[in-house]
This record gives sequence, C-alpha cells and structure tokens, in this order.
Amino acid sequence: MFACVFVPNFPLAAVFRAEPELRARAVAVFEGKPPLEKVFAVNHNAGRVGITPGMTKAQAELCPEVTLRPRSLLQESAAHAALLDGAQSFSPCVEDAAADTVILDLEGMESLFGTLPEIAHNLFDRAAELGLDANVAVASNPDAAMLAARGFLGVTVIPVGKESDSLGSLPVEVLLAERWESKESAGKKKEEEQNESIRLLATLDRWGVRNLRALAALPEIALSERLGQEGLRLRQLARGAASRTLVPVEAPAVFEEAVELEYPIVLLEPLAFLLNRLLDLICARLASRALSTQELRLTLELESFSSHNRQSEINHRPFHRILRLPLPMLDAKLFLKLLQLDLNAHPPGAPIMKIHLTAEPARPRSAQGGLFQPPSPEPEKLELTLARIAGLVGESRVGALELLDTHRAEGFRMRRFVPGATPETSRQKAPAEEKAAVAALRMFRPPLRATVTLENGELVRVVCTKKKEVQGSVLWKAGPWRSSGDWWEREAWARDEWDIALQAVDTVALYRLVHDLLGGGWFVEGTYD
Amino acid sequence: MSSAVFSTSAAQGRPFVFDNEAVAEVCPQPSGTEFAEGRPPQRVVSASFPGTFKDSRLAGVTPASRLELRPAPEMVSSGIAAMDALTGGLPRGCLTEICGPASSGRTTLLLAALAAATRRGEFCAVVDASDALDPQSAAAAGVELDRLLWVRCWENSHKAEHNLEQLLRVADLLLESGGFGLIALDLGDLPPQTARRIPLTTWFRFRRAVEHTLTVLLAVERQSIAGSCSSLLIKLTSPGNRVNEPMGSQLPAPTHAHLLTGLELTAELVRSRLDRKPVHSAEIKFASKTAWAG
Repeated sequence: MFACVFVPNFPLAAVFRAEPELRARAVAVFEGKPPLEKVFAVNHNAGRVGITPGMTKAQAELCPEVTLRPRSLLQESAAHAALLDGAQSFSPCVEDAAADTVILDLEGMESLFGTLPEIAHNLFDRAAELGLDANVAVASNPDAAMLAARGFLGVTVIPVGKESDSLGSLPVEVLLAERWESKESAGKKKEEEQNESIRLLATLDRWGVRNLRALAALPEIALSERLGQEGLRLRQLARGAASRTLVPVEAPAVFEEAVELEYPIVLLEPLAFLLNRLLDLICARLASRALSTQELRLTLELESFSSHNRQSEINHRPFHRILRLPLPMLDAKLFLKLLQLDLNAHPPGAPIMKIHLTAEPARPRSAQGGLFQPPSPEPEKLELTLARIAGLVGESRVGALELLDTHRAEGFRMRRFVPGATPETSRQKAPAEEKAAVAALRMFRPPLRATVTLENGELVRVVCTKKKEVQGSVLWKAGPWRSSGDWWEREAWARDEWDIALQAVDTVALYRLVHDLLGGGWFVEGTYD
Repeated sequence: MSSAVFSTSAAQGRPFVFDNEAVAEVCPQPSGTEFAEGRPPQRVVSASFPGTFKDSRLAGVTPASRLELRPAPEMVSSGIAAMDALTGGLPRGCLTEICGPASSGRTTLLLAALAAATRRGEFCAVVDASDALDPQSAAAAGVELDRLLWVRCWENSHKAEHNLEQLLRVADLLLESGGFGLIALDLGDLPPQTARRIPLTTWFRFRRAVEHTLTVLLAVERQSIAGSCSSLLIKLTSPGNRVNEPMGSQLPAPTHAHLLTGLELTAELVRSRLDRKPVHSAEIKFASKTAWAG
C-alpha cells in the first residue's frame, strides 16, 4: 500500500506556513519582475473578492482587503523539506514526486503505526504540525494514491480493488495537474508539455469525456489509435491500475528556515517574534526526524546605505551569529531566549531585511538517571542561566577553569562550563578521607604595585597605596624564589617571589610579594588565607 | 470476669468537652496462665489521646503541642575533619557564613568545602566579588576544576556598588537554576561597610531560595552580615593576629632559609540554628599546609 501527501496551492501554503495569521484573510501571491508582477496564486477568500491568477499586481492592489505577498522560493523549498521530513517520520521509502507531493511506501508499517486509516490520519496531523494543510490518500498503487490526494480533500483511503470506482468521479484535469506549473518557472520543454495537455483535454472534452470513469470506459485499441501511448497511459491511470516502483529519495538533513521582510525591522522585539516562528518550524521538523540540534546559525541581511558619486544606494550585508550548545537540545523557547540574549549582547546595528536560520542536526542525548547520583544542573536551564550571567558579567568572565602547562602567573584560561563533560571515571568513587587543608592564596587582580623599603638588601617595609590595609613592617619573610620562562618569546617573564608577614595596625597577614626582574617593579600578588 | 461501665458526660451531668481527658479503661484481668508462665500481670490501659479533636469540624486541626519538628537538614563534609567535628558539617538547604579577617583561613575552608563537594560528584559555583580565586590553589586543594563554575563579578572600571549588584543578580540566577551542590559567595575582600549594603531582605530571599534544596549556600566575608538568615556562623582567626607574638616564631625556620609551610588557624562556632540547644560557642584549632609543603 502507498500513501500520498499532497499540499494544494503550494505557493500559498508556503506563505501560510511562514505567516499562519494570514490564513483567515484574503491573500494573493504574485511573482515576476517589477513592474510586470502578476498574481500567481490566490486563496478562497481572495477569489471571493474577485482576485484571480493572472491579474497584475497593480490591479490586485486596488482591492484593499487583499494581502499581497511575493512568491518566495526559499519559503517553498523550506515547506517542501518539511513535507519530506513529515513523510520520512513514517516510512524510510519516500518518493519526492513533486514540490507539493510526496508518496510513501507503507509496506510493513501497519504493525508500527496502526491500521491504514490511522496512518493516513496521523500523516494528516503531522503535516498540520509542520504548518501544511495537506490531502492524504492511501491506495494500492502510487499513482492511484496521488490522483486521490490531488482530487479529494482531507483523508482518503481506497480499498484494494476499488480504485476505479473511487477515482471515477474525478475530473480528467487531475491526470495532467502535475504539468500545470508556472510557465515562467518552467523550461521550454515543460511549456510544450503544457500545450500538449491543453490539446489533449480539448480532445477529450469534444468526446464528452469529462471524468475518469468515462475515460476508463473507453475501448483500449480505439483510444490507442487516436491518442497513442499517452492515451493508453491516461486510461490506465484513470482505472487506477497503473503499476510502478517508487523512486525513494534520501531527504537531506538540512534544517533551514528563512523569512524575507517587506519592511526592515529595527527593534529586537519584532525580530524575536519572527525568530520564535522560525524556531517553532525548525524544531517541529527536527522532532519529526527524531533529531536535536547543537548549533544554530542565524544570518541577518542588514540594510546598509553607501554613497558613491553622490548617490546613496541600499546594500545588503550579512550579519552572522552562531549559537553553540554544549549538548543536543530541542526546545524552541530556550533557543529563542538564548538568541535574544545573544542579540542583546551583539546587536546587528542596522535594519534587518531578511532572516535566515539554520539548525545543525544532532542525535538526541540519552542519559540514564540514577536515584543515588548527586544533584546536577539541568542542561537547558543551566545554559539559559549561563547566558544570562554572561550578559551581566561578560562572556569571558564566566565558565570553568583550565590550568595551562606553564609556571607563569595566571597560568589558566576560562572555558565553557559543561556539566556533562566530566567523565565519571575521572573522579574518586567515594569521598575519601580529607587531605590536610591546603593554605590558599587569594589573588589581587591586577597585582598591587608596592613600595618596598630595603635595608642591607633585606625587606623591611611594604606599602601599597592602592589598598590601605596592605602595608606595614615585615615581620617575617621567606624567599626569594626565583622563576622565569618564555624567554624565547616576546612575553618573557622573570620574577622573585617572597612570602611575607606584614604587621598592620591590629593584625598580621601573610602576602606574596613579587619583584618583576624584567619590568623592575614590586607587586603584592595576593594574600594567603 | 469483670466489666467496665461506661457513662457519657451528659449522663454524669457534665458538659461535653472537645478535648477529652484521658479516660482509663480497665481491661479484663489476665488469665491465670500468665501467672503460671511467670510473666508479670499486665494492666492494659487504653486512653483516648488528649490531643485529638473528636468534632468533625476540627478534624483537620492539629494542636500546637503535636506539631512535628522541622526535619534537620542533611549535613555534608566541609572537607576538614576538625571543622566537621566542631559543626557537624555544612548543612544543605541552609546559608552558612564563614567570616574572618585576611589570612584567617576563610579561603582555605572554602576550597576544602569545594574539594569535598566535587569529590562527591557535585557541581559547584563560586560567585567571586573580588576576582580573588587562585586556580592553582584550587587545584592544589583538590577541587575538580571541571565541576566548578567560576563567575568573576569584579570589574575594576565599575564602582563597588555595581559589582555588588551584579553579584547578587548572579547569585539569584544560580539559586533559581538549581542543581548545584554548593554555591559560594566570596565577599572576602569587600570592605565591611560595602558588604553591609546588601539588605537583609536579600539574605532572606537567598535563604528561602535555597531552602528545601540540596544546595549548600556558603558566604565568605570579613564580618557576619546575614544576621539571623544564616543557619551556621563560623568565625576564623589566626593565632598570628596577636600583635605581640611574631609570626615567624610559629613557623619552621631552617637555618639556611625560611619556608612558609602552613598556617595555624582557629575556628569558632559562633552560632548554629540547626539544633535546639542554646546558642553556644566552641573553638577548635587546625592547621593548613601550603601546596609545596607536601
């Protein structure tokens, strides 16, 4: 058995998928180069107010109730990819029959997804989840399923052996519907096929053959003599007896959505509204393929003005942001928050004309929880928290520590804090006996410049002007401990370190005093605490 | 054979009461077999408990005398055995304050607690008000750096108030996020007059946020500033704080060179609200060793 998912009025469906609020309004899609744009597709509401395909854009604009949208091939390709994603979530054997049509082989799927009517309804629901109003038909051969999907609204299930009866009421135009595409987007060969189809339909009309039942009833030999092999093929299709094998396609794992704007967006709030919609669409597609994402790439085309030879012209320049996640995730609201925080920290700086969002697919993470595992932050929540903290203190000032293989002071770097990155084997199984407490150093960043008094080469007094409490006579000292490194680099360093105890007003404190041998200054680097 | 005679309050001419007095009910005398087996005769007395209401309207009301005590928080190791002996460990779901002057061992205790928490497999966060954490010391103390989130809230270009505000917002976000075993607010280098600008309501909010969670909230500061919001207050002092006693006399001083090998520290338990004992103060001494002392 085969199922066909067909999206009627596909250019308009692609617009409705990107802008669902337009569904209730009169909408017309136009295409062509200005000023010769013509209406290409209209919905039912637009038809009721007199807008028909072929009208010029100027004529359609006279009707204030109609919302006009340019045909967007980008939106159509995204809708087509969504259609393929939805089909592939049910069957691995999917034929990409046309931009608006996919055919699935349902062989063996009944044990997984239920009876054929259930599968058909689930396909219909999945298409709706992906933002597409589709017709779904199930039949014993691919062509019968495709004709039923193109001809009948909603869900149709044709029992085996009843194809001819079920398809009989359909008009003959449905046989040649795939040839009816825009002449401007089709090639010369396609145009010839369309002319041939018009002649064929005119012939059948003259014979009084207006539906498939009448065509199927025509004698085979007589039809062959008059219309040739094409006539026989059409008769086979009309009887629902055509048989062929599917040409399966591997849907590319490319998840991208885009929206082109008529007017540029200046504020981030309306941008967030559009991003939310794009993220919902992408997440629905990823979910239908049982995938998550670990990287989101946002490209904004910005409007920029440049003046050459006293003439200012509008240029489009791209603005890229990449959102990398520590773990595969699939949460549109989380992604939106993260993108918002990122754009707040790195604003585009110019009006936005086009938004392009791509998700890099990744396998969903699988983790086995345990009753006795210590608490750990929830990855999605933590990512949002870290993004918010980075917005407060700066990206470079939050994260995990990584020690560098050097004896240089401040020999560490900050890296991303990823809770799941620590292997369990790296830590001890049980909290072993505590080691002796290690005297810790508290750093002064940057180190405090100090004035040091020496007597006979011995440290006597240290005064820091910047920090009043770090001053006093030296009660005790240990050192110097000399170290140097990177002498082969430009950033060579050499220093002497002392551990000193300073007598302040009412207390004694231990400090690390450093003499920079190359720069020549004295610094208090930190306090032992 | 004996029988008990029951009579209602009304029959006895007394008014009904909600809280019944304990009415002893004498059960039948034990049979002679009990005496034969040498068991003492048991006089079973069943009494209606005085703290329960028989009126259905008050069925859901529990007398104050029967309210259960709040469960004691789970205690975890602070990483220093002597400190655990003094305080019983650090309480989860509570605020613990560690205060003391410079060189009193506050950071030593903080790093020991972080090391113990990361050894347990927990994730920790340090919100650093003065950018003072030394990664080498942390590694030497045994902190698993992969499990430590470090937030550096200090910006030299900003005013102290701005940095403090940032710290509080970061602390709020981390507490809200949840899942951390230990969150430390390091206010150790902030002058007391700056640290006291944190309103008590903020500490109360922190205490409420961490309550009923498994997080240990630790504040390191010069003086206690959280007031009654902290469940445990540990005050650290260094013996060297006594001015007349030179520091060098307590440290090993080989003939050829001095070497700082460690600090002698004193910890005092100033306040603990974890048990119902009266407030008491206890003191211990412990030593810390420098990383190179082995």
